[in-house]
Amino acid sequence: MKPAPALAEGFPDLSGMRIAREPHWFRWLSAALIVLVLAAIARAFANGQIEWSYVGRFLTVKVILEGIVNTMVMAVLAMMLGIFLGIVVAIMRLSPNPVLKSVAAGYTWLFRGTPLILQLLLWFNLALVFPTIGIPGLWSARAVDVMTPFLAALLGLGINQGAYTSEVMRAGMLSVDVGQYEAAQAIGMGRLRALRRIVLPQAMRVVIPPLGNEFIGMVKATSLASVIQYPELLHNAENIYYANSRVIELLIVAGLWYLLVVSILTPLQMLLERRFARGTLRPAR
Amino acid sequence: MTKPLVAIRSVSKSFGEFQALKNVSLDVWPGEVMCLIGASGSGKTTLLRCINQLTTIDAGGIWLDGELLGVREQGGRLHRLSEQQIGRQRLKTGMVFQRFNLFPHKTALENITEGPTQVQGRKADEVRAEALELLRRVGLAAKADSYPAQLSGGQQQRVAIARALAMKPMLMLFDEPTSALDPELVGEVLAVMKELAKSGMTMMVVTHELGFAREVADRVVYMDQGAIVEQGRASDVLGAPREERTKAFLSAVI
Repeated sequence: MKPAPALAEGFPDLSGMRIAREPHWFRWLSAALIVLVLAAIARAFANGQIEWSYVGRFLTVKVILEGIVNTMVMAVLAMMLGIFLGIVVAIMRLSPNPVLKSVAAGYTWLFRGTPLILQLLLWFNLALVFPTIGIPGLWSARAVDVMTPFLAALLGLGINQGAYTSEVMRAGMLSVDVGQYEAAQAIGMGRLRALRRIVLPQAMRVVIPPLGNEFIGMVKATSLASVIQYPELLHNAENIYYANSRVIELLIVAGLWYLLVVSILTPLQMLLERRFARGTLRPAR
Repeated sequence: MTKPLVAIRSVSKSFGEFQALKNVSLDVWPGEVMCLIGASGSGKTTLLRCINQLTTIDAGGIWLDGELLGVREQGGRLHRLSEQQIGRQRLKTGMVFQRFNLFPHKTALENITEGPTQVQGRKADEVRAEALELLRRVGLAAKADSYPAQLSGGQQQRVAIARALAMKPMLMLFDEPTSALDPELVGEVLAVMKELAKSGMTMMVVTHELGFAREVADRVVYMDQGAIVEQGRASDVLGAPREERTKAFLSAVI
């Protein structure tokens, strides 16, 4: 054996040699194929029975713009209701009280177990069940007047969303280490304060990606409210094509707007994720 | 005549089939530093957790500062206290966990001020000044604005000690405070605990650090299979154990 400091012969010096660039033939080939297919599809649509000038003309018409505003207003309000219900139901579900637990489980079962469009129709037609609603002796009103398309859509979408959001929230709360509850209890916090101050802020980090997903779903689910006359984007687009018969053109207009909104939401979600990642991503000082 | 700060009487606790505590009785006197030693599963951590009610006992009673914990007697029966009442009783104890359990979304300073401001409802600026003083005391004045993830294990544990002290507890409970630390970080945490012991704080420490027990503890309690096997002065229990089981444990550990 040689003495330790001397290195063995036969291993050439590789420093200064570059790693060669590979040609990646298959990537080029498959990319070219995809471009060809897309070009064929674009050609088919260009030569099909579509008047593209109508798409351009109706893209920014007032009724369509009102529709997208109504869509966003409804999506935001219904999502807020959904998140509020979701948090409350998730807390109930994780509570030691069997009554609260069962109520929460029943709510999730009922509203997740029936189609959203059916729930919207039920809310809108509530007047058929209860002609007048109110608090006995204090206030009452005709249900048809109260249950406007707006309110029916808000309740239908929000309450349905709450059933899904509660499961997302529950998963988020379960993801927080049990030691965090104990540490909060050890400094005298009750269950609800520990949830609000310690557990929920940490759960938010976990639930924002699925909630972003849910919100994108909500933006599109508002289109179902067109069946109960809520003047959102799809409903307004339909109203235009009932008059001028440019069905495909207006559906494309609506589709473009949905795509645009969802494209804007994705970077917003990333900003929100960064906000709640406090204390986890920063490099050590 | 002084009374014990903690009086534990005939306490039993089972987790399913497993009996974690069997009819344990013990007094802890004001100003006393007590080290609980024993193999894992011997019940020492459970006993500690029963005192701040993270674990509820099945039978027996624990009095802290003369007050029965977790239940109240009425008409010959025991009634469980409400969550608020238990929370109020917990304020008399500070707990330091094996895995630190700092709040990761809050800075070191915020971890310490959270309890006094949110639970005790004290003024923010006054609490802040006290928290900074506590951080200085545990040698981390410069880390007030660091998040737990930016601190070493030893630093996190020292913040956790400061967090517990901020509630001005009468009794500090330490659940294996150095077991999760890299060996070179153990010393800094023990130093803080020694300083605390010197200041006259009543402490119950579950630990495997026999050196610390020998140096700091007024009393060492050896537990095995949910029962207290032997207790006494540190030099006696660690230096000249009477019980066979204590001897076996000590020879296995050292």
